[in-house]
Amino acid sequence: MNVNTLADLTAQGKKPDVLFWVGCAGSFDERAKKITKAFVKILNNSGISYAVLGPEESCTGDPAKRSGNEFLFQMQAMANIEVLNSYEITKIVTTCPHCFNTLKNEYPELGGSYEVEHHTQFLKKLLNEGKIKIQGGVFKGKRITFHDPCYLGRANNVYEAPRDLIKKLDAELIEMKNCKSKGLCCGAGGAQMFKEPEKGNKDINIKRTEQAINVKPDIIAAGCPFCNTMMSDGVKSKEKENILPVKDIAELIAEAKDL
Amino acid sequence: MELMPNFLFFIILSIGIGFFVLNIKKLIYNIKLGKDIDRYDNKSERWKNMILLALGQTKMIHRPISGVLHVVVYVGFILINVELLEIVTDGILGTHRVFAPFMGSFYNFLTATFEILAFLVIISVVVFWIRRNMIKIKRFMNPEMKGWPKYDADVILYFEIVLMFLFLSMNATDSLLQDLNTPNYINAGSFPISKYLQPLFNDFSQSNLIILERVFWWLHIIGILIFANYLYYSKHLHILLAFPNTFFANLDSKGRFKNNANVTKEVKLMLDPNADPYAVNSSDSPPEKFGVSDVIDMNWVQLLNAYSCTECGRCTSECPANQTGKKLSPRKIMMDTRDRLTEVGDNYRINNKKFIPDGKELLNDYISPEELWACTSCNACVEACPIGIDPLSIIMDMRQYLVMEQSSAPGDLNNMMGNIENNGAPWPFNNQERLLWANEN
Ligand code: SF4
Ligand code: SF4
Repeated sequence: MNVNTLADLTAQGKKPDVLFWVGCAGSFDERAKKITKAFVKILNNSGISYAVLGPEESCTGDPAKRSGNEFLFQMQAMANIEVLNSYEITKIVTTCPHCFNTLKNEYPELGGSYEVEHHTQFLKKLLNEGKIKIQGGVFKGKRITFHDPCYLGRANNVYEAPRDLIKKLDAELIEMKNCKSKGLCCGAGGAQMFKEPEKGNKDINIKRTEQAINVKPDIIAAGCPFCNTMMSDGVKSKEKENILPVKDIAELIAEAKDL
Repeated sequence: MELMPNFLFFIILSIGIGFFVLNIKKLIYNIKLGKDIDRYDNKSERWKNMILLALGQTKMIHRPISGVLHVVVYVGFILINVELLEIVTDGILGTHRVFAPFMGSFYNFLTATFEILAFLVIISVVVFWIRRNMIKIKRFMNPEMKGWPKYDADVILYFEIVLMFLFLSMNATDSLLQDLNTPNYINAGSFPISKYLQPLFNDFSQSNLIILERVFWWLHIIGILIFANYLYYSKHLHILLAFPNTFFANLDSKGRFKNNANVTKEVKLMLDPNADPYAVNSSDSPPEKFGVSDVIDMNWVQLLNAYSCTECGRCTSECPANQTGKKLSPRKIMMDTRDRLTEVGDNYRINNKKFIPDGKELLNDYISPEELWACTSCNACVEACPIGIDPLSIIMDMRQYLVMEQSSAPGDLNNMMGNIENNGAPWPFNNQERLLWANEN
């Protein structure tokens, strides 16, 4: 796959328009890497000038901060900000709402101010500007329900961009009982992804998956690598993984474009 | 002799108001125990927030049934209190319906409106009671609602019903006395609701009616004064505090968790190659405590939040952790904070504005780590709260204390943090391999 790092481009005396912040899940997690690749395919196809940090990227510190380790968070943030500022980065796009939120909201006070977008906002803009085209085709008439990531929706009030993209696929967008500002968490946020849940009577991702299954979708769309994992696990535990795929919006678009 | 009732009224009113002011002072003292935080920026947004949420109750309507009923009780409560103006004036001057001669037919319109509102309030309160005690709506049944909170909620409903009936009975006897051309009872007012109560009093003699009317009048005003002084001990404090609480609420995007400025100082020192390594410890002030383990570590907005909480449970009913049977309930976080704050505030006041350790803390004695670790930081509670309370900020600050002061994160999280520290990712991968995906298919 053709992906430039900032270090490469800078060595060639070039500067990309936007930095794609891949995130730890997008870099290392098997499932999330597919989302990364789908998004890169769209970027490459659109001819956008972008780059990634590669080994110069490091965890934003979100899970550390949400665990209560402010010190580790700020160490990570300061180190990342130093890298970003040294490359004079102004625009960042990311496929992870947690990275998105942290970069956008918590870095400025520490010296890192950038224009940060979630990939669904970014894709929506490309679409409006005519830089990418989306044909329905494969998804025509399919029932797709969108699971709002907490850190995209409630935390940052982005509800429409992902939905607009789904509609562009000629798909039938159906809403779960809890959606948008009332969306139910997948259970991964606040560093829950990295620990066992506390004692209770159900796992949160199962509850959310049940809400999704209730509206009889053909596809569950997600906009976050962690939600994706949680929902996929939920679908598996209901033994529906063969009939009910969980896909990121970027994957849907890449598939629609046959990339 | 003539002046006795005025004098008595004046005394009772002064005592009522005096205690009320005392309670408010206690409240302000307790809230000011909190740490500083700047919430005076962006005033126009803040006014707007207050007008929309507190005055306009725009978030209450998200739950239509309770929302509409609540608006009725609230509007009724406020408007009927306009009548208080006349009652207090009458009480002090020894007059009766002093405003009537000045207002003409508008007076009739007002009294009729108040009566209809009183009736609607009674209906709403009855429905509220049924919801809590017969339908037993789930969010009123959580464990933290046992005991005093349940009792408190019911007491308020009984109070309101009694006050409304006293008000209507007062009008019923008054209008009967008017019909009898009793001296002092001037012909004024229109009584579309209380006329249905008149049959209850038809058989009384004129002099007994006067006694009854006076008794209702006195009980009504005394009831209101008792109610005002009950607020401090009750979740009903929200009728006052919803206003400052929405004014001072967080206006930032909900995803922005505040950065701890003391940590920033330390991190900057660590990263600055020219920094004096001993500088951190050389200052005389004791090292800052990180995070929150007791109420005095919180900022004053968090404390104001705790006193404002209506215990409605909208937050808890939206909480994914609570919905799946975890111990965490954001409402309980607020209630615990309030209970502990009242305790700590009393401690300060009794001990000459010093805190004498009482062997208790908010953490562990009220809120357990198990509750704190169950939170997904999803912001559903913050979104759900009709008056802009932020339970999540307290949860996160308490986690900060657990991790930074006590190193007591769950083992899995310690592993995750160790990975970030060593490899720059929450999993044990080599950071040099960040771009491997680009070469995979
Ligand atoms: S932020 Fe935490 S406490 Fe609030 S609703 Fe979500 S999980 Fe519950
Ligand atoms: S925090 Fe808000 S939503 Fe929760 S119980 Fe209190 S007032 Fe209700």
